[in-house]
Amino acid sequence: MKCKKCGGKASVNMRQHRLALCKEHYLEWIPEQTERFIKKYHMFTRDEKILVAVSGGKDSLALWDILIRLGYEADGLYLGLGIDTSTSLSASGGIEYSHESQRLSQNFADEHNLKLHVVDVEDEYGYSIPVLSAISHRGHGKPCAVCGLAKRHEMNRIARDLEYDVLATGHNLDDEAAVLFGNTLYWSSEYLLRQGPVLPAADGLARKVKPLCRFYEREMTAYALARGIEYIYEECPFAEGSQQIFYKETLNQLESVRPGSKLTFYLKFLEAKQRGDLFIETNIERAHLHPCSQCGQPTSAPDMCSFCRMIEKAEITTE
Amino acid sequence: MVESQSILGDAMPVKLVLRDKEYEVKAGMTLLDAMKKSNIVPESVIATRDGEMITEDEILKDGEVIKLIAVISGGAG
Repeated sequence: MKCKKCGGKASVNMRQHRLALCKEHYLEWIPEQTERFIKKYHMFTRDEKILVAVSGGKDSLALWDILIRLGYEADGLYLGLGIDTSTSLSASGGIEYSHESQRLSQNFADEHNLKLHVVDVEDEYGYSIPVLSAISHRGHGKPCAVCGLAKRHEMNRIARDLEYDVLATGHNLDDEAAVLFGNTLYWSSEYLLRQGPVLPAADGLARKVKPLCRFYEREMTAYALARGIEYIYEECPFAEGSQQIFYKETLNQLESVRPGSKLTFYLKFLEAKQRGDLFIETNIERAHLHPCSQCGQPTSAPDMCSFCRMIEKAEITTE
Repeated sequence: MVESQSILGDAMPVKLVLRDKEYEVKAGMTLLDAMKKSNIVPESVIATRDGEMITEDEILKDGEVIKLIAVISGGAG
């Protein structure tokens, strides 16, 4: 397979875009596209101070790398969660997850001469995430709910306390599609209406943005590898068997058979939301039915129903 | 190796390595076919040969080892 830009040997093939690129052009393409999404969704400008939530994973470190390369003023925030294999339910990792992810985040900051704020949840509140989860009995024996809650709370607090204009997270399209899939399965209208690339600032809430929300997880892995970013490859020990991973795997099965399915799922959702088509009463009015002028069966089309139009078209074609 | 040859013929098998699992496939097929045969969802991995990323149309060579890097994460972001 050849690079679409230079004809050299391709390193990455993105079937959903029908685009294959060599390593050099891929490393140019990802930041270019990120810049496009930042502008398209009005995420932030070069005059604003950005706080990037970094976890030591591929997405957040790649995001930090891209923003700096694009010339944005971006500092990092690492939250120490106190997760290691001894506190996990399934001791499969063999590493102290939090320590390793902090080390990799700090390494990245040091190598690029960047500022990294480190906040340890246990130092701040007296409990690590697993302990807090056990005490609070939230999340059915897994600390993921408590972890998510604590991260959202602390990221917002720190972004505001340190007077950053915007908080950027490394959520990729697979993350967003998995959340969308879950919320759609349960028709969680409140969550659906809240999901998007930008959560505007509100009373007490910092603006939150997801500049990588249109890249597949596979693309971000490829970027991190091509750029030589050292990231934590091991899963969070608590992530095994999680619902989010199950949804991602399910969507990847679909993607393998129908390239572009994940992207379409997410983008069509954003379009529908922007048009105000989601959960709005006016939809019912718009879907007013009347008899088809041909067969008399109810239809929402202006004249003939879709079936009659199809038959008419077929008859014209075969005449 | 003897067992592999009895299944795969004279050619040296190709190894696909994904985390702590190994899959043996025939040389000469494409990476995409090899992943499908091994029930690996291509969307869920990046394939590397000698540390360099390769695309799924690559023909696998005798005896080589292809490292597959899992892309899904549910913890770090």
